[in-house]
Amino acid sequence: MRLGACNRLLSITLAAVMMLAALRSAAAEATEPVVVYSARNEQLIKPIFDRFTAETGIPVRFTTADAAVLIERLAAEGKNSPADMLMTVDAGELWNAANRGLLRPTRSKILEANIPATLRDPGNRWVGLSQRARTIVYHPSRVDPRTLSTYEALADTVWKGRLCLRSSKKVYNQSLVAMMIKAQGEAATEATLRGWVANLAAPAFANDNQVMEAIAAGQCDVGIVNTYYLGRMLQKQPDFPVKVFWANQRSDGTHVNVSGAGITRHARNPAGAQKLLEWLSAGEAQRLFAGSNMEYPVNPAVEIDPLVRSWGSFTSSRINIVEAGRRQAAAVRVMDRAGWR
Amino acid sequence: MLARWRASLVILLAAAPALVVLAGLVGAWLTPAGDALQHQWRYLLPDASRNTLILVTVVAIGSVLLGTTLAALVALCDFPGRRFFSWGLLLPLSIPGYVLATVFAGSLDYSSPLYSWLREEIGWQWPSIRSLGGAALVLTLTLFPYVYLIARVAFESAAQRYLEAASLLGRTRLQATREVLLPLAAPAILAATALVAMEALADFGVVAALNVDTLTTALYRAWYGMFSLVTAQQIAGFLVVMALLLLLLEQRARQAVRMRESGGISLRRRRLKPLPATLATLFATVTLGVAFAWPVVHLLSWASTHVAADLDTRYWGYLLRSVTLAGLGALLIVLISTLFVYARRADVGWVTRGFAPLATAGYAIPGTVLAVGLYAPLTQTLPWLQGTLFVLFIAYITRFFAVGHAPMAAGLARLPMALDEAALLLGSRPLERWRKIHWPMLKGSVAAAFVLTFVDLMKELPITLLTRPFGFETLAIRVFELTSEGEWERAAVPALALVLAGLWPLKWLAGRMSHAT
Repeated sequence: MRLGACNRLLSITLAAVMMLAALRSAAAEATEPVVVYSARNEQLIKPIFDRFTAETGIPVRFTTADAAVLIERLAAEGKNSPADMLMTVDAGELWNAANRGLLRPTRSKILEANIPATLRDPGNRWVGLSQRARTIVYHPSRVDPRTLSTYEALADTVWKGRLCLRSSKKVYNQSLVAMMIKAQGEAATEATLRGWVANLAAPAFANDNQVMEAIAAGQCDVGIVNTYYLGRMLQKQPDFPVKVFWANQRSDGTHVNVSGAGITRHARNPAGAQKLLEWLSAGEAQRLFAGSNMEYPVNPAVEIDPLVRSWGSFTSSRINIVEAGRRQAAAVRVMDRAGWR
Repeated sequence: MLARWRASLVILLAAAPALVVLAGLVGAWLTPAGDALQHQWRYLLPDASRNTLILVTVVAIGSVLLGTTLAALVALCDFPGRRFFSWGLLLPLSIPGYVLATVFAGSLDYSSPLYSWLREEIGWQWPSIRSLGGAALVLTLTLFPYVYLIARVAFESAAQRYLEAASLLGRTRLQATREVLLPLAAPAILAATALVAMEALADFGVVAALNVDTLTTALYRAWYGMFSLVTAQQIAGFLVVMALLLLLLEQRARQAVRMRESGGISLRRRRLKPLPATLATLFATVTLGVAFAWPVVHLLSWASTHVAADLDTRYWGYLLRSVTLAGLGALLIVLISTLFVYARRADVGWVTRGFAPLATAGYAIPGTVLAVGLYAPLTQTLPWLQGTLFVLFIAYITRFFAVGHAPMAAGLARLPMALDEAALLLGSRPLERWRKIHWPMLKGSVAAAFVLTFVDLMKELPITLLTRPFGFETLAIRVFELTSEGEWERAAVPALALVLAGLWPLKWLAGRMSHAT
């Protein structure tokens, strides 16, 4: 190598190192920040955290990744973890974190008043912050909604070749099945899933959007999705031909999961973290937290997004959402046995 | 070149992080983890293993056929557009596999406008892209450029006089290519194929986007679904064993065809007759069209509705961070793999020789498992490392070492030992020897190693995601944030930026390659 090339390489390396140093310079904050490990994505939480900081003066630092990875990180870091709060997009992961002793109990009158008991950990280690309803959707010109009733009824042979489902790898389906197991037992649930698999019009899809697009295109007539995906679809395309049907209204209620959070076992700023949780559970913050992704607020006093409201009100499951986590591994086994891929 | 103990030290140090991860996987096999694995053996693993084997085999064969054919055409023949295709065929490398899979699912599946139109107007039907075959197609289209690049360098550095000798012996150009050039390039092609096979083995993004069950999806099912990281690590152990078998196979095959090249007058390309020339142009155009132009156009149409709202000054930061991380990571990997291939060339004992392949096995471990497997031991033994980029770079090196190593190993394999010995007899000093003899013949390989690693690191997600400092966002992370809740159309903006950022290094590489040969 010529000397010139050597020098050039060296200066490039130096410049890069300096850039890195500049990028890392998180200036020391005056007030102790709340540090959040979040599986809820940046564009959904950052605007809300910014608002919290503006209102309270407490800065929030966060990093995002899959919940399972964040949980391993928390476990590996132990007492050295900088995290004060773990935020996820489903109850199963919160249950898992709590079960592994990574979250601490928090008694708060505010949280108890704002969040229904079925959407909180009975051990007070985490709370739901928004509800994500997973229900039946259908094509209005090919399905008479009066023929729809429950998730279980989709196992009936009248739906043969007419049902579309997302992959059983997604936790939203695993939570739904876990709650079905709690309500009806493993055997009955397995029989239902076998019926679903036999009725599939196409191999399971990778995401809920694909399920709805398949319904719109005529590949199938009914499916099961989280309603906020339909909300987003309707924002882009108001005449998108897929409608919501609230499942199990005469029995155990529609399945809802939560996006929620808990305070970590080794939190350095538990008071700040609790303040953030309480702030998120009420008022404008609660409306934004749910509304920015067209989910349902957990706090019944908070107004629902108008588009979301247009799907009508529904009764949700009365079983505590903690069961979604407790029975998730069992749900995966039942899904495997039933051949739902 | 290197003293024996120094060579051994280099090999052991380079293999050390991979050994830490592998020790974790072995540890998982010794940990009781309930009956999750038995359950999977009964219901998932037979199908998953079969799918993985088929996928790896089909992708490897497909990439060799596609990559070698295109490399031979570009290196040995002249046809319209050859100059463009010589670097253009590298472009598919800049498209992450899961992006191509999602674009294909969006534009070829039943509900896509194209399929709907053909179905309704002409009555055409075709098999679903969301299948094992679809996954193999997507992976082949994103991975064949590895074989193409490395094979092309090998073809171009083959000497004209081999072809002349073959021609004197009455062989046609095609026969000469098959009987002389192909065996000469075989070690390089094999090295690239092993790389492609390992990438297919560890792929999660493509198979998840098309919902195909493989060992990697079984692994994530155990971890994310059944909360059993131990079971996931046990399955990762299978992947590593499969990878080591692959590497062994590659080494065996490479030894069988080992030939060395002593330079000489470089090749003169043959101008093709009009019909074959048209076919060659058409073949390259279709490949590039399907693997690059189509997904880019699709991303553009998705992005067009969101560019105004999403594209702002933050993107300079994302770009800067992506390029910095990938650039530094690639630099480190090239440096270490250069030392490593020289160390392997030295006479080291069989113990060290045995450790060497482990250094490249990290490429077969899904990034998330590798990241978690390194993060825990590193931050527990050295807590001050937490929150620094040190862990990130160590993990990058562990996972992507194979990508830098393959071109370097192939490049060095072409240099005969006799060259060193002659120089040694002439009393040259090691550095002088390297600068005057090796560097001119290796710089093409160094450039290839750097750019291949760079482009791979730009697309890297799980390691960056886990080990980055707070608020540290890159283009790949931006894509993750938007797709994690299915916002594919918005994700097209950072995905396109990622593709664009990969363009100039690939073009630069192509330029370097032509200078080098």
